[in-house]
Amino acid sequence: MQGASNEPPISNAKIVNTPEEQEDIRRKTGKVLKRFNRKRENLVPILQQVQDELGYLPREAMLETAEYLRLPEVDVYGVVTFYNQFRLKPPGKHSIRVCLGTACHMKGGYILLDAWKRRLKIDRGETTSDREYDLDTVACVGCCAMAPVNVIDKKAEGRVSPTRVDGILLAYKMEKEKKEKQEQ
Amino acid sequence: MTTTTSQDIAAAFQNIKEHALSKWQELWDGKRPVIMVSAATCGRSAGALEVLEAIKDELGGEQQDVQVMEVGCMGHCYAEPLVIIKKPGNPTIVYGYITPEKARRLVKDYIRGEDVSPEFALGAFEENELIPSIYDLPRFKHEKYILLENIGRIDPEDIQHYIAKGGYEALAKALQMQPEDIIEEVRKSGLRGRGGAGFPAAHKWEVCRSSPGKVKFLICNADEGDPGAFMDRAILESDPHSVIEGLLIAAYTIGARHGYIYVRAEYPLAVHRVEIALSQAQSLGLLGKNILGSSFSFDIKPFQGSGAFVCGEETALIASLEGKPGLPHHRPPFPASKGLNGKPTVINNVKTLAYVPRIIRNGAEWFSSIGTEKSKGTAVFALAGKVVNTGLTEVPMGTTLRQIIFDVGGGIPKGRRFKAVQIGGPSGGCLPESALDMPIDFDSLKEVGAMMGSGGMVVLDEDDCMVEVARYFLEFTQRESCGKCTMCRLGTRQMLAMLEDFTCGRGQMGDLDTLMELAEDVKAGSLCGLGKTSPNPVLTTMRYFRDEYKAHIEEKRCPALMCHDLIAYYILPEKCERSCDACVGTCTVEAISSDKKRIKVIDQAKCVKCGTCLTACPPQYNAVIKLSPPEKVPAPAKD
Repeated sequence: MQGASNEPPISNAKIVNTPEEQEDIRRKTGKVLKRFNRKRENLVPILQQVQDELGYLPREAMLETAEYLRLPEVDVYGVVTFYNQFRLKPPGKHSIRVCLGTACHMKGGYILLDAWKRRLKIDRGETTSDREYDLDTVACVGCCAMAPVNVIDKKAEGRVSPTRVDGILLAYKMEKEKKEKQEQ
Repeated sequence: MTTTTSQDIAAAFQNIKEHALSKWQELWDGKRPVIMVSAATCGRSAGALEVLEAIKDELGGEQQDVQVMEVGCMGHCYAEPLVIIKKPGNPTIVYGYITPEKARRLVKDYIRGEDVSPEFALGAFEENELIPSIYDLPRFKHEKYILLENIGRIDPEDIQHYIAKGGYEALAKALQMQPEDIIEEVRKSGLRGRGGAGFPAAHKWEVCRSSPGKVKFLICNADEGDPGAFMDRAILESDPHSVIEGLLIAAYTIGARHGYIYVRAEYPLAVHRVEIALSQAQSLGLLGKNILGSSFSFDIKPFQGSGAFVCGEETALIASLEGKPGLPHHRPPFPASKGLNGKPTVINNVKTLAYVPRIIRNGAEWFSSIGTEKSKGTAVFALAGKVVNTGLTEVPMGTTLRQIIFDVGGGIPKGRRFKAVQIGGPSGGCLPESALDMPIDFDSLKEVGAMMGSGGMVVLDEDDCMVEVARYFLEFTQRESCGKCTMCRLGTRQMLAMLEDFTCGRGQMGDLDTLMELAEDVKAGSLCGLGKTSPNPVLTTMRYFRDEYKAHIEEKRCPALMCHDLIAYYILPEKCERSCDACVGTCTVEAISSDKKRIKVIDQAKCVKCGTCLTACPPQYNAVIKLSPPEKVPAPAKD
């Protein structure tokens, strides 16, 4: 069935952070929490800022937040999984967002998504095993006139074609190789 | 309010205004050239920041002699990046399709030299002898700018510009009026909510104002989730103060002390500019405690929505502000009597609020003289899809679709034929050619099965498959369904499964009736607008394009050659040029090879149908075609 494959499974359980990493997550989460009072209405802004800090919302961060706001853990998890913005998996170094708004879809956004999937060998919502790239879709970034649009590392790029996908990846690869050479 | 304070308010505002005007005149002092770069999100994705960088770099040490500034989106997204130059003595000229190289040339030839570079110009703002006026373009015959009047003309990050253009004058006027009189003025103007449903704004305000309790809230709904709509983003990015002024007047009227602007987190630039605008308004005493010296105090917090389409629905939006999952609840009680934290709350769309200052400034009669009998004022549309002039447009209510798409939008590119226009996003519908001459307003659109929605307008041509369009929207609403109502949660899933069957060639004729029945059930069995309107795209496409559904089901054929599983790419051997290898090189999966006669052949097993070869094939050969059903591809010659 085609229908069921649209949503990737949430497999947060697989990610286990080392005690040091957990400590780091708690410390960084604590820093964000200090900016807020303990009202529930701060839950979403807290989660947004924690995600800005860590790139995703690990288990430890959610637990800390629940404790701080004196909420049942499941309430925090419920909010995190309800909204599209929140990620349960660590991001890649480069984020690839394929816009699938109406205009982008009709102008071939789905073909671009296919191209990214084929090249990166991951599905939407996933990160490559070397943690270089993560791929996701976005409902609409509001640049419909430039369709199809991809948002690469927060920069919107208009009128993308499948060959441009290869070009972007090549540019990142070359940049990485250049950096590695310099470091040697 | 006593008359003395009334005078104080007027005097306080006069001070602010005079200062702003002097700043504005400093900018347009007639000595230095002014360069404006249109750098909203759409302009930036087209490379506006690179253009800005190139201009600054080219100017080098001469920067203090030239005013360079970022402005918002002018609405002419098709020609982005836009650069507007006003040189003393010359008219203000708009340049389109600017690249960093062209920008450097403009600096060299026009800023330093005398060459106005008409080859890059779209037109001038004023009538003149050098360059044709931009208002001579056919689109301006139909357009009327109210909400878009400042867009792309002022620096959205400088409050002085907005004030110099007449901004915050309505606030000063409103603060000297009685709230009841403001409600009366808005009622007389006939302003209806621009969020989609068209509920009278004054009525909402009145219910909230007369609800008991001291604490009241006001929320600006900028959770523009409709894929294909970007008007609210453009307004917030290009003219944020008009929304803030609207919020202030509305808050004063209903008696609210706290307000929120609920913006999608997907609009980072809009969030950024709103934050700047709020702090600037605060510093001038136009926001915060005792505004303009009056007894009225109001503060506004921006809140970032986390990407849930259902949060555009007011009760769901409130739930998400309270830190809960955005599940809508039953109305009544309406938020106007029991909303955020159980207090009376008014939620208005960005555009609704942005109209308010203009209505107070120009009067109800002025506003109600525009538009149709039941829908007053203008409508802002975001034109996208297969249309030449993509971008924003604002027309009086009652303008026909044909005028918008063909006169304003410039028609369909590449000489293709118009097929349908999708209005109102996932809640709206697809209208065929026969509906083009209908004057559009809130009510006429509902009659034909569509909806104003928030104003997204996506034009479709003969290459777009209507079954696929319906499937696309249903996939969207299905994924965004919050899961509260069974019909919406499971009904849309079943409908989607059927549409997927159609687009994959697995459909059966009986499915059409089942789909129709299910669509009616989903409409009846859902609580909020998302579920109630989710079948609209399916119902309208089945109503106007039934033949296409039939072709998919009976012949397993996609007439528009779009559905992935029902098409194949094929290179016509008689047209393929032996010496050309354009397609071979661009194929992303190496599925194209040359046969013995150097005619190119696609390996159907490898082909991923990305269409790159079709774009790559030079137009003089035009050898790549799409076939549907895929069985039409002839077997490869054996030699």
